[in-house]
Amino acid sequence: MHNHIDFETRYVMCVDIDKCTGCGACMVSCQAENNIAPMEDGSNKLKTLTWMLVYELNNGKNFPDREVAYLPRPCMQCENPACVPVCPVVATAKDEEGGIVSQIYPRCIGCRYCMAACPYHARYFGWFDPKWPEGMDKTLSPMTSTRPRGVVEKCNFCHTRLMNARQRARQEGVDPLKMPEDWYQPACVESCPSGAITFGDINNPEHKVHELAHSKYAFRLLEKLGMDPQVYYISRREWVRKQADHHTAEEKH
Amino acid sequence: MDRNLFPEGVTRCGLPKFMAWCGFILLFLLWGVYASFQVFYHGIGVTGLDNYFGFGLWITFDLAVIALGAGAFFTGFLKYILKIDQLKNIINLTVIVGFLCYSGAMLILTMDIGQPGRAWFGYWHPNVHSMLTEVIFCITCYCTVLIIEFIPLILEQKQLNKIPFLHHLAHNLHVNMALFAGIGTFLSTFHQGSLGGMYGVMFGRPYAFREGFFIWPWTFFLFVLSAVGSGPVFTVLICALMEKLTGRKLVDYKVKALMGKIAGAMLCLYMFFKIIDTWAWAVGYLPSVGMTFDQMFYGTIYGKWLLWTELGLCGVLPAIMLITPSIRNKPFWLYTAAILDCAGITINRYVFTVQSIAVPVMPFDKWQTYAPNWAEWATSGMIVAYGALVISLAYRYLPVFPQEVKLNK
Ligand code: SF4
Ligand code: SF4
Repeated sequence: MHNHIDFETRYVMCVDIDKCTGCGACMVSCQAENNIAPMEDGSNKLKTLTWMLVYELNNGKNFPDREVAYLPRPCMQCENPACVPVCPVVATAKDEEGGIVSQIYPRCIGCRYCMAACPYHARYFGWFDPKWPEGMDKTLSPMTSTRPRGVVEKCNFCHTRLMNARQRARQEGVDPLKMPEDWYQPACVESCPSGAITFGDINNPEHKVHELAHSKYAFRLLEKLGMDPQVYYISRREWVRKQADHHTAEEKH
Repeated sequence: MDRNLFPEGVTRCGLPKFMAWCGFILLFLLWGVYASFQVFYHGIGVTGLDNYFGFGLWITFDLAVIALGAGAFFTGFLKYILKIDQLKNIINLTVIVGFLCYSGAMLILTMDIGQPGRAWFGYWHPNVHSMLTEVIFCITCYCTVLIIEFIPLILEQKQLNKIPFLHHLAHNLHVNMALFAGIGTFLSTFHQGSLGGMYGVMFGRPYAFREGFFIWPWTFFLFVLSAVGSGPVFTVLICALMEKLTGRKLVDYKVKALMGKIAGAMLCLYMFFKIIDTWAWAVGYLPSVGMTFDQMFYGTIYGKWLLWTELGLCGVLPAIMLITPSIRNKPFWLYTAAILDCAGITINRYVFTVQSIAVPVMPFDKWQTYAPNWAEWATSGMIVAYGALVISLAYRYLPVFPQEVKLNK
C-alpha cells in the first residue's frame, strides 16, 4: 500500500515541543492567513475549522510533579497519506514537488471519506456557509481562496506562499527547487513567538530542518502505521516522546 | 372503486382504509421531507455529524439497507442462474425490496455528500484506487438494473397489460431476465464487497483496517458474505409483516423456509470467516501497530458487548437456528432467527462506520461519542416511509405474489 514518490524537494515542519508554550498564535495566524471564517456559534468544537490545532499533553502525575506539553497539529502531509487513495474523485493528491498533500476544493464532493481515513483528525468539513462579520470581509487574505460549505479543507503548509516564493525565484533567476529557507515559511511558523517551529526542505542540507529531523530527540506521530508524516516533533522529555508516539518510543530511543 | 386495477382474483381492503394507511405513512414522509429541506438549505451542519464523525447514521443506514437488500441479487442469482424454481414465488418481492433499499440509499447519499450538485464527479474524475469510486459506479448501475427488473412487474398490472405493446415489452424483459440477474449479481457482489473494502483499506484506523487478499482487504469478502447471509431472510421478514398487516397468506411457508435455509448456510460460512478474522485482528494485527484489543472498546456505548452480540447472539445463534430444519420449519423461530440475523448485520455496519472513527488512534487523543440528531432520524425514517408506501401500492395493484390466490382459497 506504500505509494512512495521521490520528490527533489520535500517540505517538512519541525516542532520543538519543549519550546512551545501553547499560546495558540499559530492557530490564529493560520485562521487569518487562510480565510477561515469565524463560527457564529463556536461552542461545538467538533464543528469548527482549525487547520492547526494545539493539543495539551500531560505526564499524568499530580502537582508538584505535573508537567504539561503542547503539541501543535497541522496536516502531516504524510508521505504515504491515508486520505489520498480513498478519495473517489481525486480531489486530494500528493504529486507536487515539495510533497504537500493538495486539496482541490472545486472538485471535492464532500463525501468525507478522507476524514474517516485520517487518524490525525487533520481534515475539516465546512458544515455551514462561511460568514464573515461585517467589515471583516474587507480584511480577507487576497492570496487564499475561500471555500463554500460542503467541502473538506485542511492545512496545506500555506501553499500559496510556496507559489509566491517560486515566482520570486523564477524572477530572480534562482532554482525554484533550491530556494533559501526563509523565502517560504507558512504563517504559523512565522508567527510563533517562541520560535518552536522550523520549516524547510529536508532534502536541502542548508535548511535547518535537514539536521533537526534527524536529531535523536525527533519523532513523528504514529510511526508504526507507516504514514511517514512530513511533520517532525522534537522533545528531550521522554514522557512526551512516549505519549506522542506510543508505538515506537521504546524501539527507537 | 379502484377494484378494476387489482390483480386478477384477489381481494383488497376498501379504498378509505387504504387511504388512511397511506396518510399515516405520509406523516413520516413529510417529516423527512421537511428535514431534507433543512439539510439542503442550511447544509449538513444541521445534523449531529461533526469533524470526528464524518460518517454516522446515514452511512450506517445505507450500508445496512444495502446489505439487507441483497436478497434481490442473491435470490435472482439462485432463481435465474441456478434455476431454483420455487423462488419464483418470492422473487418479485425481493426485487421490490432491493429496488427500495438501493434507491433509498442513493437518496440518502445525495443528502449526505456536502456538494450534491457534484455527485456525478465520481464518473467524471474517477480515482481508480478508491473503493468508493467502485461503490459509486456499481450502486448506480445496479439501481438501474433493479429498475429494469421492476418494470415488467409494473407492466403486468392488469389494465396496463391489456395494451399489446406493454404486454410484449414485459414478456421480452422477462425472457431476458436471466441476463439482468447475471449483471445484477456481478455488480452487486462487487459493490457489497467494495463497501466492506472501503473500511478495510483505512490503514489509519486500526479498528477497521484488515490485511488483504490480492487488492482487497478481508472485509471485502466478509461484507459480501454477510449480505447474502441476511438479505434473503430480510425479504422473508417483510413478507411476514405484510401477511400480518393484510391478514392474507402471500407466500407458501416452504418458500420462506427455503430462503431461511439459504441465508442460514451463507451465514454459517460468514460466521466461520468472521470469527477467524476477528481473532487474527485481535492477536495479530493490533499488537503489530502497538495497540491492544481492549483499547478498541470504551464504556457502554462502544463496549465489547456490541462485538459479542454481533458474533454470538446475532451471529452464531441465528446461523445454527436457520440451518436446523426443525427450528427453521416453525414460523416463530424462523422469524426470530431472521430478526437476530438482520440485527447482527446492522450492528456490524454500525461499528465499522462509527466505532472505527470513535477509537482514538493518537495516544493522547480521546474517545468521542456520536448521537444522530432529529434531522438524520427524520430523513432515514423518510426512506422507510417511502419504502412502505411503494410496497403498499405494489401489493394493492401489482401481481406481486403468484401464490396469493391459491393460498387464500
Ligand atoms: S495528516 Fe491526514 S489529511 Fe494530512 S496527509 Fe496525513 S492522512 Fe492526509
Ligand atoms: S471529502 Fe472531498 S477530498 Fe475527501 S474524499 Fe470526499 S471528495 Fe475526496
